[in-house]
Amino acid sequence: MSEASHEGGHHTSLGVDSRKLGMWIFLASECLLFGTLIFTFLLYRNKGIEEPNIPAEILDIPVTTASTFVLLMSSFSIVLALHAIQTGKIKSFQRWILTTAIGGIVFLGFQTYEFTEFVQGGLGLSTNVFGSSFFMLTGTHGFHVAIGVIWLLALYFSSLRGGLKVDGALKVDTMALYWHFVDIIWIVIFTVVYLFAVV
Amino acid sequence: MSTDSQTQEHHAGDISHPTPKTYAIIAVILSVVTAIELWVYYIEELRSLLIPILAVLSTGKFALVVMFYMHLKFDHKVFSRLLVLGIILAFGTFLALLTLFKFSHPFGLL
Repeated sequence: MSEASHEGGHHTSLGVDSRKLGMWIFLASECLLFGTLIFTFLLYRNKGIEEPNIPAEILDIPVTTASTFVLLMSSFSIVLALHAIQTGKIKSFQRWILTTAIGGIVFLGFQTYEFTEFVQGGLGLSTNVFGSSFFMLTGTHGFHVAIGVIWLLALYFSSLRGGLKVDGALKVDTMALYWHFVDIIWIVIFTVVYLFAVV
Repeated sequence: MSTDSQTQEHHAGDISHPTPKTYAIIAVILSVVTAIELWVYYIEELRSLLIPILAVLSTGKFALVVMFYMHLKFDHKVFSRLLVLGIILAFGTFLALLTLFKFSHPFGLL
């Protein structure tokens, strides 16, 4: 039974909070979405490629490693935010949730830089099938990060107004699940799209 | 559910979550594994083994985040089953795509 059960949450017959269960069902469905995009990329990654758009040459691994590190650390900061709100340390929670949001914004900054470089180098969404599958996959992930940043900031401002006093830990727990999911999807994308490019 | 009070805490419910110290250790491990991935990427001699090495390393990172940060190691089993179901369905979609490409796509397979 989760903490939410002590905050007036709605329970399923399994004894888990229905909102948390709903988030997990959503994440399971997201596996299908990202699985399809990742496997489509794998099928298309070497198709229709011509100079100068060779994946191994245009993908900036050091920059992407830096953005990966930022996203991994944002997963760390959000568990600290969750721990803080579970132990009633609201100031600490606000600091860590804001750190997480900034991490997400920095990640989006890296992605914007990468996309701009590619487009200026002649690789766009419709240049070839590699470009289409690459931008669809990483763009969909970036969209999820953007939604997550908005959600994080909403929680931050809500806490400033005292809006997390009821069910606060459950709200943060649900958001944290979404954020970690975005992180694990990026772990797969970083390996499959970027590091496998030289093979 | 473990009773190790050094690495886990009990909150309002009966679920024990890792302590900030455990979260920090996981963060360090994730950072080190990412650095190893980058190092392996640049070693020419390991090129033939790149895919299996990176697959193992990224699977390890995936598992650490899911087990400790998403608390699947400590939470209700139904959540783990839902995630596994999603992953199985995703691989099923991949197999369907492979079959589709094998029989009807002008580019052929990988």
